[in-house]
Amino acid sequence: MTRPIDVNAWIGGYPFRELPHPEPDILCRVLDREGFDGAWVGHLPGAWHRDVTPSNRALLAALAPHRDMLQPALMVRPDWPGWERALRDAVSAGAPAIRVYPAQWGLAPGHSGLTELALACGEQGVVLHVTVRFEDLRQRHPMDGVGDVPAATLRAIARAAGSACHLVVAGAARELIEETHWGLTVGEQARVWYDFHWVWGPPEEHFAHLVRTLGPSRLTWSSWWPLRLTQQAGALVDLLPDDLQARVRAEPFVGGGEIRSSAQRAASLYIGNAKGTSAVSNR
Amino acid sequence: MTALDSLVGHEPLHEPLIDVHAHFHSPFTNRADWAGYNASRLAAGATMGVRAHVASVLGTWGYTSPTYFSSPEDQSRANAWMLAYAAQHGPLVHAYVAVNPNFTEHALAECATGMAAGGIGIKLAAGRRADDVLLDDIADCAAQHGVPVLQHIFQHRRRDWPNQDASDGIELARLAARHPRTTFLLAHIGGGGDWAHTFPAVLDVPNIVMDLSGSGIDRGMIDEALRWVGASRLLWAADVTLCTGLTKRRALAHLDASPDELQAMCWGNAVRIFPPGSFTAVLGPDRAPRPTALEAQ
Repeated sequence: MTRPIDVNAWIGGYPFRELPHPEPDILCRVLDREGFDGAWVGHLPGAWHRDVTPSNRALLAALAPHRDMLQPALMVRPDWPGWERALRDAVSAGAPAIRVYPAQWGLAPGHSGLTELALACGEQGVVLHVTVRFEDLRQRHPMDGVGDVPAATLRAIARAAGSACHLVVAGAARELIEETHWGLTVGEQARVWYDFHWVWGPPEEHFAHLVRTLGPSRLTWSSWWPLRLTQQAGALVDLLPDDLQARVRAEPFVGGGEIRSSAQRAASLYIGNAKGTSAVSNR
Repeated sequence: MTALDSLVGHEPLHEPLIDVHAHFHSPFTNRADWAGYNASRLAAGATMGVRAHVASVLGTWGYTSPTYFSSPEDQSRANAWMLAYAAQHGPLVHAYVAVNPNFTEHALAECATGMAAGGIGIKLAAGRRADDVLLDDIADCAAQHGVPVLQHIFQHRRRDWPNQDASDGIELARLAARHPRTTFLLAHIGGGGDWAHTFPAVLDVPNIVMDLSGSGIDRGMIDEALRWVGASRLLWAADVTLCTGLTKRRALAHLDASPDELQAMCWGNAVRIFPPGSFTAVLGPDRAPRPTALEAQ
């Protein structure tokens, strides 16, 4: 069985509590132990920075010795001057995904920058990655006043007209996933994946419900290291009812590698069809 | 060995588990799938190696009175159902007697009836703050019956939350200090709020032990709990998310804990705090309660 690429990991510290050893060499060991082939890795402190450029630089330097396993998921702020250049740099650096944090950056649903970035990611063949939350709302620091990313933001990104953008949503529970998925056309649905780390298993059986209704092909593996215990995704799968165990063996959950390949294929088709109408190149 | 054990090489889980914080739904509830919910809990528990579920039903879960402020009538009916369910599924299922401390006479009567019918603990939710004097008679009652009190806790309650008078570690510590003969099981350190606040709040109150349940699976949470209070005061549990329970069970293997400490957290401490013999049938006679380091001291 192919080992999946984890679509949601970070390195670096968290502003609101101590994290044990958030270093890349530890991450490599954990990924191997938990059955992942590698990971898309973000730089955690940068989510709260105004200018994310130094954070991206630090991420690339830290991951350099580990690029066989750890791929940089760099940040691009679409409300920041010169974001188009930042996106091109990220693609050149081999980023499989571009991380955005709409809640932390104050980007409301339908923000034009998010739409433009989604279009550009689609053209460039990189995945757009949205983190819905870092912690449960009930435990947040008094200074961490932003809420979760709402489904309206996700739907707006996925609905961008003419988009080839492949969107990965990290940190959503059942309700947010359903509010997004069932608010999209079939074509739009096919470009959105949800990591399932925050979905509840038995006895509520939200995860089993989503496997039945959305199917495993919309659900993607993640570790959530270093914020959450990495064993959660595997535990959810192991506790699926017997009938679904058979289904997910035949139709596995998706890893980052498959999503990235799909984004690259879509971009090549897009470029072939659009012939120079690139959102980035026209800017 | 489970599917993912074989996929990624998890160590098979040899230690049995006792879930000291479980819930079921009775027919008198607000959800049509209550029987499926209960079946799911038992099936997932069997997959994970749960040998015993110690469970309660909180009234009608909001159907005819609020979950954390259940009416006496709703709570009596829920307890009767829970005790009958435990008898039907014994020794896999055991019952807490859940009470609303705003109705002291009713609560004490429920405890007496429930213990006579096989209950092995008292469940206090969030009908009153834990340090309220209304809880004193119930804490005394627990000591008289030799059963623990499972107290719903919001970790570091910085404000009031809807539909409950939640308590935090400091408030439970005040109650526990007044009742040193009673064992209090502080609920779900992963159940919401800031767990880091709880550990120093209960450090010097040895008759408070803590369960690991809740949907929260923050890295560092169990490590810190172990560092602050030690394995003899931590009990594995799941509450309403068995998936996070399995995750924590697997994570225990990577803690800086000895085999004896793992055993204590998985089942040994439960054997110690619940009435003698509660779990003998599911653990076997060779799994006798062991004195904790705390008791040895």
